[in-house]
This record gives sequence, C-alpha cells and structure tokens, in this order.
Amino acid sequence: MLDYIKSYLDMNATPGQAGNVFWATVYIFVVFGGVSVAVMAMNWLERKALAHFQIRLGPMRVGPHGLLQPIADALKLLTKEDIIPSEADKFVFWIAPLIILCASFTVYIVIPFGPTHAITDLNIGILFMLGVSSLSVLGVVMAGWASNSHYPLIGALRSSAQMVSYEVAMGLAVVSAILMTSLNKTGTGTLSMIGIVQAQQAQQTWFLFKFFPLGFIAFGVFAIAMVAETNRAPFDLPEAESELTAGFHTEYSGLRWSLFMLGEYAAMIAVSSIAVTLWLGGWMRPFPNALAGETWDLVFSLFPGFTFLALAVFCFIGVARMPKHPYFRIQTIGLAGFGAVLALIGLILFAPPVRDRIFDIYWFCIKVAGFMYLYIWYRATFPRYRFDQLMKVGWKVLLPIAVGVLILTAVMGVIF
Amino acid sequence: MAPVATTFFFYFLSGLAVLGGILVITRKNPVHSALALILTLLAVAGLYLMLYAPFVAGVQIILYVGGIMVLFLFVIMLVNLDKSAKEDQFNKQWLVGMVAAAALLGLFMAVYLKGKYLFPIQEAKLPEQSNVQEVAVSLYGNYMFAFEIASLLLLVAIIGAVVMAKKRI
Amino acid sequence: MAPITTVHYLVVAAALFILGVIGVLTRRNVVIVLMSIELILNAVNLNLVAFSRLYGVQGQVFSIFVITDAAAEAAVGLGILIAFFRNKETVNVDEVDLMKW
Repeated sequence: MLDYIKSYLDMNATPGQAGNVFWATVYIFVVFGGVSVAVMAMNWLERKALAHFQIRLGPMRVGPHGLLQPIADALKLLTKEDIIPSEADKFVFWIAPLIILCASFTVYIVIPFGPTHAITDLNIGILFMLGVSSLSVLGVVMAGWASNSHYPLIGALRSSAQMVSYEVAMGLAVVSAILMTSLNKTGTGTLSMIGIVQAQQAQQTWFLFKFFPLGFIAFGVFAIAMVAETNRAPFDLPEAESELTAGFHTEYSGLRWSLFMLGEYAAMIAVSSIAVTLWLGGWMRPFPNALAGETWDLVFSLFPGFTFLALAVFCFIGVARMPKHPYFRIQTIGLAGFGAVLALIGLILFAPPVRDRIFDIYWFCIKVAGFMYLYIWYRATFPRYRFDQLMKVGWKVLLPIAVGVLILTAVMGVIF
Repeated sequence: MAPVATTFFFYFLSGLAVLGGILVITRKNPVHSALALILTLLAVAGLYLMLYAPFVAGVQIILYVGGIMVLFLFVIMLVNLDKSAKEDQFNKQWLVGMVAAAALLGLFMAVYLKGKYLFPIQEAKLPEQSNVQEVAVSLYGNYMFAFEIASLLLLVAIIGAVVMAKKRI
Repeated sequence: MAPITTVHYLVVAAALFILGVIGVLTRRNVVIVLMSIELILNAVNLNLVAFSRLYGVQGQVFSIFVITDAAAEAAVGLGILIAFFRNKETVNVDEVDLMKW
C-alpha cells in the first residue's frame, strides 16, 4: 500500500495518466478545497473592490477590514429558511443548482496547474471543458422553469439564450488557438491542456503574441465571450436586480442560492483558466526565453515568497492604521495574526525544495487572479447591456470576428 | 493506461441509459422526460468513452446535451399547457403501436439468436494515432464532400426553423 | 462475468431503439414523440461507434454526421411544432388531423 502511494512520487505524470487512484483523490480534494477558498476570497474581494471603486469602504465590521464577512454570509445563508414555491416542481427545483454546481466543478479535473500538476490530462481536454461548461445552461433553464413564476422564467430564457449564443463565439476563438498548436515540425496539434502549454513552450511565444494581432483578437473575443457566458457584468441583465429581481434564482433562498453563487464563481475561475492556458502561457513564467538562465530562474522563483510577504506588509500597514481604541483591540490582534500567517507562508515559499515545486502553480494562479480582478473591474465600470444589444453583439459582432480570425490564422499558418 | 472495472462500468452505464429511455416514454410531464433523456445521452457518452471514441463522446456532450436538449427545454417551456399535463398520455392508436413494437422486438431477438457469434470476440488493437487526429484525417480527407453537404444542411435547417417560427413572414 | 464484447453494445442499442419506437408510436405529446426520435438516433449512433471499434474510424465519422442531422431535424421539427401550436393551441398528436384549417 505504501509502495503504491510512494511509487507515484517518482513518476513524471499526472495521477490520472499514471492510474494512481490515491493521489488522484488527494489532488481532487486539494483542488476542491482551493476552489472553495478562492470563491470565498473572491466574494470578499468583489465587495471591497467594488466599494473602493465607488469611493466607499465596503464591509469593515465583521472582521478586520471585513475579512470574515464571507464566513458570516455563509453562516447566514446556511441558517435561512428553505422556501419552495407551492406550485413548484420539487424534483427539478432541487436538482437545478446541483447540475450547475457539478458542471462547474467537473471542469477542474483537466485544468493544468503545472506540467504534472493536474488531476489528469485527457486527450480531448479542451473539448471536455467546453462541453461540460455548456451543461450549466441546462441548470439555468431548469431553475427558471421549476420556480413557476414569471420573473424567473423570463430570466432563465434570456440567460440561457445569452449563454448559448456566446458559447459559439467562445468555441471558434478556442479553435483558432488550437490551430496555433499545430504549427510545429510534425504539423500535428493537440487538444490536451498540458499539450497546449507545452506547444507554447516549444514555439517560444505565448499564443497571445503569435501572428500579432491575430492571437490578440482571438483572445479578446474569448475574453468578452467568457464574461457573457458566466452572466457577469456588463452582460448580467438576466440576473440584474433592477431589471428582473434576480432573474432565474429569484425563488431560491438560503443554501440553494449559495450553491448558485458557488457555481457562478467556480465557472468564472474555470473559464479564466481556459483563457490563461490557451493564450497566456499557462504555468510559464514571464520571459522564459528572453531572460533565460540560472540567475533569472532564481529571481523569478522568488516571486511567490515576495508576493506573500507583500501581502503581509499590507496587513501590518493596516494594523498600524487601526484606531487606537479598546473596541478595535480584537480586530487589530486578528489582522496582525493574519499578517503573521501570510509572512510565515511567504518565508516557507522561499525554501528551495518548496520553491522548485510551487513556481508553476504560482504563475498559473497569479494569471487567473488577474482575470478575477478584471471581472470585478468590468462590473464596477461598464453599464449593463440591454438584452437585444447583448444578442446583437454576440451574433453580429463577435461571431464574424471569430470566424475571420480563424480563417486568417489558418492562412498565416500555411504561409509560415 | 489499462482499462479498469470494464464490466461494472458497462452494466452501470447501459443500465442508466435504458432506465432513462424507459423514463422518457412513460413520464407525464415533458420536462421530466427531457431530464430523463439528458440522463440517457450522458450515459451513452460514457459508453462511447468505453468504446475508445473520446471525440464522439465530447461532440455528443456539446451538441446533444448542451445544444439539442436546451432547444427541447426551451420549446417545452413555450408550449407547456397545464391542461395537457392532466390528460391521458397515450394516444388513440397505442395498442397498434405496442403490437408493432412487439413485432420489432421479435425481429431483433431472431437476429440476435442467429448472429450473436458472428463478430470477433477478441478486442481490436488500440489505434496508434490519437483518435481526434484519425477522425480529422478521415473527415477532411475521404469525407470532405459529405462534410460540406452537412454544413449546407445545417444552413437550410437554420433558415427553415427561423422562417417557420416567425410570426409573420 | 464474461468479457464485454461488441454484441453487448448492440443489445443495448437495440433496447434503446425499441424504447424509442414505443415512444414514437404510443405517446400523445408531440414533444415527447420528438424526444423518442432522438432516442432512436442515439441507438443508431451507439451501433455505429460499437462497430467502428472493430472496423476502422469511418463509424465514428458517420456518427458525427448523424448527430449533426439530429440537431438539424430537431430544430426544424420544433419549429413546425411552434408554428402549429400558434394556430391550434394544442400539442396533441391526435388533433393534428387536418391538412388545412
């Protein structure tokens, strides 16, 4: 048994490819826990960042600077009364959030955090991700229909029409990125996520900068389509409060509503990781070829530790700026403790054995975190699209651009 | 990677598929039938994976479950009447239909009993090329003409569906 | 138990086909009839992919075409249903009995 567990550590493959069930389960739990923590952190970041964009402070009371607010929200939602509308179809009402949740979380088994740091590496990785993320449309439709009320029904119809429309543009942008993986000596591309990043490594460029501006336009189409696909601002008409009283999840309360939110944030992180893998080089550090060599490798591998130390410094600045009043004593101590934990993690990440294993996971997560911040920035900045404008952009603007980029990429690939 | 627990997964997936099929034809509520059909389609995608056809499994999930079933659910929501849910579910010719289905079942059983030893029992060797690459070479090489005609068919279907569902042409 | 052979998959496909045929011939709701047709097409696809394991990749290529055709046919069939429903307010196959109204 112990040999079975230890034999994987020598192998240079993902647990799924190695057939090692124990380590695959460990990886699944780690990814699941990581995504849940990321969703809670995203909840906090969204409220604080939106508030600061709007020149206010956001939650400040619950923990120091509102750091415990997501936990308070989760506890509140868990203890709320579970209301089901009387004429609602109970089975469909129950299963709709589960379908969205399962579809959003199943995608994580192919996301490549590193060359061997994935749960598995399917041969059809990107096809699997696109397919499974399209299952969440079913959950939306079922949620709207099962609520037996007209606001959710209209919200569900609009939301699913929007998601299906932007899936087409997303798929075409993905195809033009896959096309770029085949521009090597043997002329064969690959659909596996790890293979796509390795193709970027072999061709020594992020696909974002390949055949400039074609990679850039394809990335732009995907970036817009992924925001619309996850029903986020500025494409969030189906769940906007002033238009449709929360759309398809109006009748859901308590834990069921939190499942919807969990699924939505998980889907956001999942499509951001598709964008990072396909265009932004996945787990590669910036400038792997222009700034190559031992010293530059060392410099870039110190980044994880420095990031956590910088966060710890922010915490200590916050501690210094706390009001010196006995009511704030617990918050000050809490924030100082949080800063100390972050500094400790930063110091652990400076140790060479940890550094060598962690650096690709770190670069992947930093790029995805950048996308998360962009999501919040879009929500604070852009006004909402009206529904007919939304459909017009999806079909009449993004789809022709995506088709054009695909044809031009193929032509450039044949010429060069 | 060697296949693992093939018999269990085969019986599990085919049991799910047949159960979903039975639920499709017996539920009174069309939305429940649609959900059962989704279950069947996902089980059949799993069976395709067992048959070493990952590309067809992926296409099935994207197109069938993510596209066609969404279309069905849309239309069910648009034409759903409470009155029809309380009526009878089987139409006037149900007895004749069952007799015809029984005849078909008899035909299938005769074919099975006669021909069940026709096919080679040992499994065929695994393909060397990646499955997607093989399908792509075949699709864009030998069957290019059929591919173009399929795209023309889809264009005609799009125009036809839009024209028929419009309120005023 | 016996190893799983091609015939096992063919039996499953035949079972799905018969369930689809029963659904088409006996149900009253037009939408459920269309869904039973999708069951029949899936049974055929399963047959094709089971044979492609033995005889080459053409079976899978053909099944992709069948899936494409199923999508086109579902769209057109549901378009007809909506056009009909707008006129007669029913989804009963028994009441689709006039050539012109």
